[in-house]
Amino acid sequence: MTEPNAAVGDVHIRIRGLTKTYRSKTGAVPSLKPIDLDIAKGEFVAIVGPSGCGKSTLLKLVAGLLPATSGSIRIGGVEVDKPIDDIGIVFQSPVLLPWRSVRDNILLQVQMRGRDTAAYAKAADTLIKTSGLEGFENRYPWELSGGMQQRASICRALVHDPSVLLMDEPFGALDAMTRERMNAELQRIWYETRKTVLLITHSIPEAVYLADRVVVMSSRPGAIEAIYDIDLRRPRELSVMGEPRFVKLTQDIRKHFFAQGDLDH
Amino acid sequence: MPIIRSLRRLAGSEAIRPALLIVIILVGWDVGVRLFKIPPYLIPAPTAVVLELFAQWPMLLRETMPTLYATLGGFALSALFGIPTAMLIASSRTVESYLYPILVFSQSVPKIAVAPLFVVWFGFGIAPKVISAFLLGFFPVVVATVLGLKSIDNDMLDLARSMRAGALRTFLRIRLPNALPSIFGGLKVSITLAVVGAVVGEFVGSNSGIGYVLQIANGNFDLPLMFAALFILSLMGVLLFTAIDFAERLLIPWHASHRGDFVGTN
Repeated sequence: MTEPNAAVGDVHIRIRGLTKTYRSKTGAVPSLKPIDLDIAKGEFVAIVGPSGCGKSTLLKLVAGLLPATSGSIRIGGVEVDKPIDDIGIVFQSPVLLPWRSVRDNILLQVQMRGRDTAAYAKAADTLIKTSGLEGFENRYPWELSGGMQQRASICRALVHDPSVLLMDEPFGALDAMTRERMNAELQRIWYETRKTVLLITHSIPEAVYLADRVVVMSSRPGAIEAIYDIDLRRPRELSVMGEPRFVKLTQDIRKHFFAQGDLDH
Repeated sequence: MPIIRSLRRLAGSEAIRPALLIVIILVGWDVGVRLFKIPPYLIPAPTAVVLELFAQWPMLLRETMPTLYATLGGFALSALFGIPTAMLIASSRTVESYLYPILVFSQSVPKIAVAPLFVVWFGFGIAPKVISAFLLGFFPVVVATVLGLKSIDNDMLDLARSMRAGALRTFLRIRLPNALPSIFGGLKVSITLAVVGAVVGEFVGSNSGIGYVLQIANGNFDLPLMFAALFILSLMGVLLFTAIDFAERLLIPWHASHRGDFVGTN
């Protein structure tokens, strides 16, 4: 048997035969069919799929927030069956604590892990600077725009320097203009930090623009339907979205959704 | 006209509005009593109440103290027991299913009916008044705190779990601060009800306190004194409520209800 959905380079996240079945009153509801996926170190992988295809479930499994029904996930050789240190998560909403300043929200990550906050002050400052939050570090989240709140939440996910960044539709609540700007910034941050990124998104252009590979999932129960290698040169300007290769890729990916008969957006 | 403009500005400021309304009501009351020749044993004129307030001031102040102590004692017990009880209820479905229905049931028992029992059990001292204030003040604290502790975003809890934080750390750093606005809401209701509870306690068996003054005045058809005592009680409730409101502003300036003035002070 050939290695399924293999990545180029050192495998950092290895998913094998992963399934998830929810128990409900009416019986077992399968959410994920066996999933096999390898993600290389420093690779940016985006997952697109219709609502209810289990892509958020997959992310929570990788994060160790949900127990798998069967199969295994290994990150850097370590079996994930509970949350591990080497991960940072960005949720769809920024989930910032309103009683903490931006800076203290970012440092929450190390505080909750019981580490010495002072040791991470510099890391927090660097992130604040690279993410364009300088001058706002002492503001409260509710004084910030949605895009800036999400930036703070990305900083929080990175401050303890994990090797893996998991993102669950992080820009879904932003307006189209802000979203594009955030995409460009995320690419830059990824370039600077070289994290292994798993991004869940509804937006096909966002996935193609950002990712090295785009995983297309089908729904109920979720399964990997196709994987596209995005061979656009890097770094990518936002103008890449007008290039024929980009358009071709998004069209090819979109066809899966038309075939399935439902498209979210 | 500058005078009219400054008067209008005065009327527009928020602090003056309730005072303005009270003045209007007092004038209406006074005019009404005079116009319809209502006898003072039915409704006293506000002037009579004010005169009584001045004449009886030392006595009223003296009698306010036991009521204030009973109120504060009952309120302190409400917070002291109410918040941990709510934490228990919010932390476990099992505890909730045992405890909550009994709490609701106990709340439906009219306190005025059981108050005499406390006199039998605890005598004529301050204890039955404190307990009566506690019984009225306890429930709102529990309900509000349970609501506050349960109103937490699932993502927030996932975030805490992803940071591998233990239950205690999650509670202290996330759940509790998140519940504070709701807890303060409960405390505000609680303190005003504690005043009522203390007076109920004084009604059924006491020889001191504003509740006692009220009963004596009622027995003597001394309506001006009765209204004066009622005024003192209301004033006490307002001041205590304001004190908690002030504490709330200090402790949770980040909450949406305070943001206007908070940003203004920046």
